[in-house]
Amino acid sequence: MLRKLALSSATAATLALSSGAALAAGAAGHVEDYAFSFEGPFGTFDQVQLQRGLQVYTQVCMACHGLRYVPIRTLSDEGGPGFTEDEVRAYIEQNFIEVYDPELQDWRAATPNDNFPVNDSVGAPDLSLMTKARAGFSGPYGLGLNPLFRGMGGPEYVASLLTHYTGSEREEFGSVLYGNETFPGGYISMAPPLWEGAVEYGDGTEATEEQMALDVAAFLTWAAEPKLMARKQMGFTAVLLLGVLSVLLYLSNKRLWAPVKARVKGSQPAE
Amino acid sequence: MSGIPHDHYEPKSNAEKWLHRRLPIVSLMYDTLMIPTPKNLNWMWIWGIVLVFTLVLQIVTGIILVMHYTPHVDMAFASVEHIMRNVNGGWAIRYIHQNGASLFFIAVYLHIFRGLYYGSYKAPREVTWIIGMLIYLMMMGTAFMGYVLPWGQMSFWGATVITGLFGAIPFVGEAIQTWLLGGPAVDNATLNRFLSLHYLLPFVILGLVIVHVWAFHTTGNNNPTGVEVRRTSKKEAEADTLPFWPYFVVKDLFALAVILVVFFAIVGFMPNYLGHPDNYIEANPLVTPAHIVPEWYFLPFYAILRAFDGEVWLVMLVDFLTAGIVDAKFFGVVAMFGAIIVMALVPWLDTSSVRSGRYRPMFKWWFWLFIVNFFVLMWAGAMPAEGIYPYIALIGSAYWFAYFLVILPLLGVIEKPTTPPATIEEDFKAHYGKDHDGHGGVTATAPTPAE
Repeated sequence: MLRKLALSSATAATLALSSGAALAAGAAGHVEDYAFSFEGPFGTFDQVQLQRGLQVYTQVCMACHGLRYVPIRTLSDEGGPGFTEDEVRAYIEQNFIEVYDPELQDWRAATPNDNFPVNDSVGAPDLSLMTKARAGFSGPYGLGLNPLFRGMGGPEYVASLLTHYTGSEREEFGSVLYGNETFPGGYISMAPPLWEGAVEYGDGTEATEEQMALDVAAFLTWAAEPKLMARKQMGFTAVLLLGVLSVLLYLSNKRLWAPVKARVKGSQPAE
Repeated sequence: MSGIPHDHYEPKSNAEKWLHRRLPIVSLMYDTLMIPTPKNLNWMWIWGIVLVFTLVLQIVTGIILVMHYTPHVDMAFASVEHIMRNVNGGWAIRYIHQNGASLFFIAVYLHIFRGLYYGSYKAPREVTWIIGMLIYLMMMGTAFMGYVLPWGQMSFWGATVITGLFGAIPFVGEAIQTWLLGGPAVDNATLNRFLSLHYLLPFVILGLVIVHVWAFHTTGNNNPTGVEVRRTSKKEAEADTLPFWPYFVVKDLFALAVILVVFFAIVGFMPNYLGHPDNYIEANPLVTPAHIVPEWYFLPFYAILRAFDGEVWLVMLVDFLTAGIVDAKFFGVVAMFGAIIVMALVPWLDTSSVRSGRYRPMFKWWFWLFIVNFFVLMWAGAMPAEGIYPYIALIGSAYWFAYFLVILPLLGVIEKPTTPPATIEEDFKAHYGKDHDGHGGVTATAPTPAE
């Protein structure tokens, strides 16, 4: 029994240890553990928040950052910002979204079937997978317990980075770096992108810096993992069904072995 | 097979007889499925089935993934995103495949540790063990190459570091490395051949699995006592064993279902926990990640690789004695592969006359220390190679080798094992023959067998 226990705890330890790997990602600085609606096994995206986040992305981030792996049509997919197809077309039109067409060798208006445009004009990283490509939480002591209980922390990293500018500046090789508590190394080349009222939300939410940071972090989480809700639902269904199957198999096994075990319990030797 | 007396398949109808004379395939399947299995097997004997299931799972999901994947340096990363976003259920298949690798290694490590504790590698099961080690090596190769395919930063730099190991071989290393990579550096040619081999090796593993099963069906299963099934008469054999179907199939399926609950919870709720965030950044030969870390299942060996740096006196001595041919880098590579080789040679390194660790009072302690050490190495492998960590890794590596090369050979001589039960039947009775008050063995009232 003890051995069994030890081995199963060894398995758990394997799982916990394994993401010691996660700690290796260029150790981030201060990351605030924000509570997002999509956390936990039953977490779901807040549709209105995703729409607000899209607005922040479009009006602020898009100037420098691309979203190259995200098809625009997925804005109307289930489990996302929940636009209608007409709204998606209107979104493209109103924001003059253009993509480079290699066949025309020119820019043209985007269609819903295009991906969001690539933007490497100023060398800013693409944001399609940003919330999955950064880890906010690691450790303690390389044991991987923080990411186990608090999540990998990608969205928290993005939101923290946007709200934790220190206000200090530094010049290096002719370019200005801005002090940031979250960014590894403490200085980032992105100027503070958000300020109070940078966008005007349609739903009347007050556009504080933190609100915008959280909204865009939520939107980028959807952009990186558009099937998050379907995935959690699959996980839930699978766990439930396999749980029932486990119980049935446990009972079958018990019943199957009962006569064998009863035989040795009796006084007569096994026949 | 297995030399254990039991009922064999008898073709009854004319059609069966007709087929049996030409191809005894039904007989083969029957004897494989009905193999007499020691009835005292505990829950550590479930991992074989879990491993077979996982192999099939990986092959099936892999075949689907490759339909949508593009092995080209400019398109590989995007094609994985295409799978995640546009392919129907692609995200599920990809996450299952990705986490399936972890399930595979958890199961294989527990399977190996089971073998080490209960002496399953000892005569006459050495060939089973050796084939198992070959499978394990191929699994590592397959997993490594599979990890390169998404063409993320860790893919690229992991491939660079690991193929660089071959470059450490004296004289021919560089030529071998170039030959493996298909060029001077990890590039399109590397990606293409890695996909090709990643697709091929699982089928080689499947073939080896069949030989592995064949081998232990020839010798019969080991069991927690290490005592052989009595083969003197069918009656005695039947007192020690039960047919694999249905007793162990149902038991194993129950265990598999429980394991899959955990597996699907991970796939559904935290599919990226076991991965590395850097691998969601497309490979860039110009930007090196802060720390290059392999997947968790390689970490113990990665720790051994890094442990033997130029500051270890043994490494310096070897370097001096070989006039620099075996330098620190090559020493590390030899140590890493050596760690697996000594494990493969354990049937001949363990000198104990008793098979199962259950009856070896001293061995138990060393064995559990070995397991703890495995996790310490895994942890040290994930830490940066600076400060105290290299020393921890060095101590851990030293224990790994000492366990196989010193402790196991010596224990057989100095240890006084306790006496195993005479038969499996006896062990099974001692375990289940108690009534609820905990009194052992024979009770006064003999309830009618529930049949």
